[in-house]
Amino acid sequence: MSKVFIYPSTSLILSDMVARFGHEPLGAAIKIRERIQTPGFDSPPLQMTPEDPKKGLKYAAVEVPAGVRGRMAIFGPLIEEAEAAVIVNDSDLAFGCMGCARTDELVKFMIRQRKDIPILEIVYPSNEDEGLAFVDSIKNFLDGLSAKEVPK
Amino acid sequence: MPKEYNPEFVGTVTKYVFVESPDITPQHLSIRAYEISQGVMIKETCFGLQITGMPEDVEKVIAALREMDPYHILVKDRGFPPGDKRRCRANLGGARPGYFGHEFEMGLLRHISKGLKAMENGVKPNEKSVNAITYHDKPLLDTERLEEIAVSKSRESANKEADTGAANNSITK
Repeated sequence: MSKVFIYPSTSLILSDMVARFGHEPLGAAIKIRERIQTPGFDSPPLQMTPEDPKKGLKYAAVEVPAGVRGRMAIFGPLIEEAEAAVIVNDSDLAFGCMGCARTDELVKFMIRQRKDIPILEIVYPSNEDEGLAFVDSIKNFLDGLSAKEVPK
Repeated sequence: MPKEYNPEFVGTVTKYVFVESPDITPQHLSIRAYEISQGVMIKETCFGLQITGMPEDVEKVIAALREMDPYHILVKDRGFPPGDKRRCRANLGGARPGYFGHEFEMGLLRHISKGLKAMENGVKPNEKSVNAITYHDKPLLDTERLEEIAVSKSRESANKEADTGAANNSITK
């Protein structure tokens, strides 16, 4: 079972596909859950603290807005942890403010910089035939990961 | 002074179960989930269920629910437990954060469900569809082409200036 980073990281379809075909999806919910379940000081709504933009300095420079660095404190460790990635490009779902948009660009850039992991880049389907191609490409990609795994 | 935060449901996971099926409703799902639940918390919603509990218990319930309609039931993780005041629209008003993302993907689920079913039946996608879902990086603007555009634009503006200058001269004469 490989850890597969998904983008958009809140995607229902990608999260389900990865879990359905026997791997672990790495999405935003996992890191949010960690924060929500950790005691400390109250910092609603996402329990993001002033420490997070500091952690984000590992991934973005100091002049980059704190919003981007804070978001990178969530996504950065997931990208580092990932053993593969599935990216759905041009998704309406990933539309957002400048903080989100710049973070998205940085996230995709960081994944593409990871030359040691396999990456699948696709777009959302718009009809049933493309739906089949979409599911089939993800299945083949994930089956390829399973084949590469060394049996224990 | 910052307020102390003591989390609830520590060590649990929460999963969304979405159903987009002509045969199964969220009510069917919740009844089945209650039948097999082993101390997990189940909340019925308009799109399916939210299930909270220890990871292995939640996985067992979800595996059983998936069997009801494997092509039309999709599952994803959630960071917050159900009814959390920071997320629940009962407290916030309006759509729940993340609702629009789900709404967008729910519109695509019919294609995914058909795809899953066809794949299970051994159907292979055609080349046109594979090409359509493959991401093609948009080519960057060639520097020579950029220079051409810049030169042509500067020529156009220079010609316009010359024309207006000539027209003004003829008026003054």
